[in-house]
Amino acid sequence: MSDIHAQTAYVRTAMLPQAAPPVRETGAVKWVRENLFSSWLNIILTLASIWFVWTVVSHLFPWFYNSIWRAKSLTECRAIRDATLGPDASAACFAVITDRWKQLLFGFYPSSEYWRPTLSLVLLVVGILPMLFTTLPRKLLWGTLALPFVLFFLLWGGSIWTTVMVAAGFVLGFAAIKILTPIGGAILAAIGAVLIPILFWIYAAGPLAESLHSILPIGLEFVQSKDFGGFMVSTVIGVAGIALSLPLGIVLALGRKSDLFIVNKLSTAFIEIIRGVPLIVWLFTASLLLNYFLPPGTNFDLLLRVIIMVTLFSAAYIAEVVRGGLAALPKGQYEGADSLGLSYWQSMQLIVLPQALKISIPGIVNSFIGLFKDTTLVVFIGILDPIGLTNSIRASTDWNGIYWELYVFIGLMFFIFCFSMGRYSLYLEKKLQREHR
Amino acid sequence: MSELAVDRDVDRSKMKVSDEVAIQISQMNKWYGTFHVLRDINLTVYRGERIVICGPSGSGKSTLIRCINRLEEHQAGQIIVDGTELTSDLKNIDKIRSEVGMCFQHFNLFPHLTILENCTLAPIWVRKTPKKEAEEVAMHYLQKVKIPEQANKYPGQLSGGQQQRVAIARSLCMKPRIMLFDEPTSALDPEMIKEVLDTMIELAEEGMTMLCVTHEMGFAQAVANRVIFMDQGQIVEQNEPREFFNNPQSDRTKLFLSQILGH
Ligand SMILES: Nc1ncnc2c1ncn2[C@@H]1O[C@H](COP(=O)(O)OP(=O)(O)OP(=O)(O)O)[C@@H](O)[C@H]1O
Ligand SMILES: [Mg+2]
Repeated sequence: MSDIHAQTAYVRTAMLPQAAPPVRETGAVKWVRENLFSSWLNIILTLASIWFVWTVVSHLFPWFYNSIWRAKSLTECRAIRDATLGPDASAACFAVITDRWKQLLFGFYPSSEYWRPTLSLVLLVVGILPMLFTTLPRKLLWGTLALPFVLFFLLWGGSIWTTVMVAAGFVLGFAAIKILTPIGGAILAAIGAVLIPILFWIYAAGPLAESLHSILPIGLEFVQSKDFGGFMVSTVIGVAGIALSLPLGIVLALGRKSDLFIVNKLSTAFIEIIRGVPLIVWLFTASLLLNYFLPPGTNFDLLLRVIIMVTLFSAAYIAEVVRGGLAALPKGQYEGADSLGLSYWQSMQLIVLPQALKISIPGIVNSFIGLFKDTTLVVFIGILDPIGLTNSIRASTDWNGIYWELYVFIGLMFFIFCFSMGRYSLYLEKKLQREHR
Repeated sequence: MSELAVDRDVDRSKMKVSDEVAIQISQMNKWYGTFHVLRDINLTVYRGERIVICGPSGSGKSTLIRCINRLEEHQAGQIIVDGTELTSDLKNIDKIRSEVGMCFQHFNLFPHLTILENCTLAPIWVRKTPKKEAEEVAMHYLQKVKIPEQANKYPGQLSGGQQQRVAIARSLCMKPRIMLFDEPTSALDPEMIKEVLDTMIELAEEGMTMLCVTHEMGFAQAVANRVIFMDQGQIVEQNEPREFFNNPQSDRTKLFLSQILGH
């Protein structure tokens, strides 16, 4: 017994100083060994990957590195290349971008008015900042609310009173909700909020705007939608689609979860039908079929029709993403809200949606990115988006035969947009994670 | 179960049962699909009563008290709360819900709001109390449940017992006349059970009308003026606590008590 005691009892006399870990266990050496060369299979894969990356880069690099930025046509580009690098050298001819960038950005928008879309973009970026970053003062959100109307006026121009009437319709709708809810309940208010503005726009807005314009003619040169083009048209469709499809998608998701039979079935049918048919079919429907349904003589702007279609399409996807978020929320959250006496809309607005949307952020942003890239499909119904413009650029004798440079440029622009959206979504996720745990 | 959880003297001076009816349930029946979960429930609760409901798992205790604020809908019979009958009329439902506080087994705090915001949300949006006043009231009740210093934290940062006390404070901020508790301590560790029960006892001492589904028999003995035993969706026995525990009449009650008290 005492033997065991002698062995187990132990008292340290000198404390050990802190020592550095062995070299093999730290820094780059350790990382490389563990991640790249940890086994034979791993070594083979690493070497194969290095070879693959090298092949791709060694082919592409000279093309970029030798690229020619100053020339008036493809033939001139080739001449420069032959003179400086020899006929076999690979060299990109990005001169087409320097020569035609305005067209790629603005399409056939009158060049004297380029400041308008440019200013719109600046306003858009500044205007959505208060929405993206909650640290900014909340009062700025009123500016964001006015933004759509300002942008509408800047981009299309015409009499300012047209824009004012469009805005007035929304104000009327909002007033209808405020006034009708106490009198006739939510359903009457909803009907009023839809019908009153539509009637106002159809019957009153036109004459009112005209008479106001004759009294006080303020306005910008009117630009037709068919002159919109390039990245500008992609951005207009994309941004409008994103801004409109989020609220619509949320409403559809709530509708699909609703206990009200009609609302539930209508939302479900809408989502399934829209989702089940390719976007391109809806775009053709927008450009061709809608004319049959509209009364003859009405001229319903093609761009507007496309925006509506893209919005509906994306809303169906967002509705499903949000529905997932709603389903992921524990039942106790609904019950907690109910037990405090919050009304349906209050509990949705204050409890359910903030949490459900937070869960859905990655999916929502994913849908937005999809929507933005899908705007390139409008080329098939004759809208000159960047892809459409590559055709018209090639149609000129100067740039006949140029493909890669244009597509690389367009791809890069889309990548920048979509990548930043993805990054923002990550930022938002992290921020909300930090806040609530 | 844990009779030890209540170890202090309970001041019964303010626990007065008046003859004003707070809740009247008559011939109430409820089905889940074809499953008859509540059968012919008759129960009158007077203002100031502290009622403990117990019974085996699945006997319909939760369902019963969830019917009182219409988290569940009953299909036959009548429930009258504070003079207002529960029907599918949404206005009545919201009114009753704002008068009746409820605490859940899993607290159901709102994780995206701070403790203070959790407490002020309903007063501000349902009662239209000005924000500042709502915050003062909330701080008052947070003080009462002894966690004012946590006001600006999020629920996820609190222990279970603290969360349940916040949930109680959140209900109290609506100044309810009746409080419902559905197993408020059964998701908690023993030390936390005590702090939550203490809060509930204080509430009882102030004369709150309370219906508690709980297996804390110590609490029932110390605070309740009536214990109700449910089995298979029916009220099998009810009595004042001493009689109920010492002299149960029905065999089912005897069996249940012997299981739960471990005799
Ligand atoms: N939403 C539901 N749909 C169908 N059956 C249900 C539903 N909720 C509860 N039940 C059933 O109703 C019965 C009573 O449930 P209840 O939750 O009221 O029991 P309880 O007495 O609270 O039990 P516990 O002590 O386990 O909480 C149970 O048999 C349960 O399976
Ligand atoms: Mg239960």
